[in-house]
Amino acid sequence: MIFDTIADILTGVFLILGAFLSLAAGVGLIRFPDAIARLHATTKPQILGLAFVLLAIALQERRVSTILVLGLLLVFQMLTAPVSAHMIARAGYRGGIIAPESLFIDELGQAIDDAPQEEREPTKPNHRRQPTE
Amino acid sequence: MNEWVFLAVGVMLTAASVLALFRIIQGPSILDRMIASDMLLTTIICALGAEMVYNAHTKTLPAMLVLATTAFLGSVVVARYVSRNSHS
Repeated sequence: MIFDTIADILTGVFLILGAFLSLAAGVGLIRFPDAIARLHATTKPQILGLAFVLLAIALQERRVSTILVLGLLLVFQMLTAPVSAHMIARAGYRGGIIAPESLFIDELGQAIDDAPQEEREPTKPNHRRQPTE
Repeated sequence: MNEWVFLAVGVMLTAASVLALFRIIQGPSILDRMIASDMLLTTIICALGAEMVYNAHTKTLPAMLVLATTAFLGSVVVARYVSRNSHS
């Protein structure tokens, strides 16, 4: 059937695109000089590459139940991947791992400067809250 | 379907995993390691999906769903405990 042939070709194209995005993220992970640049490289295939692979699966298994689970998977990935990327970038900024000289725009630093003193989080090293008895 | 497509997909996913492993071993800070392990987990999810297309089944779909749902917990927990002294 002509439709099956088209679906097979599209499946191959989508799979190759998804795998290529993963490979590009791996190359960026090795080549980029900085933690935040590596974060930039690796967060691309986390949603787009996975979306390509899920499209390939949906083209092969054309059933409503499978496509519903695939949509749920994509929604969960879109909800959770930005959370981890945000937390890692924030920890890098707060922990001093990201060098401030490497940033062109520092909106978080401006926001910290604008915040009232008592609302700031402690940025000093070793400043841990003592466990309350 | 063409075998060469799956061969190319497998080679690319394997290369991506090896590069991520390299960064996990080498990474100068713990955040680099967490970024690389996040990416390794995404590559594993993509590989599970590609394998399902190749063998024409949907048995590993729940595993993909669980991985996509809980993959962020590890990096969030590590990011909570990164301080200025933990550069390795």
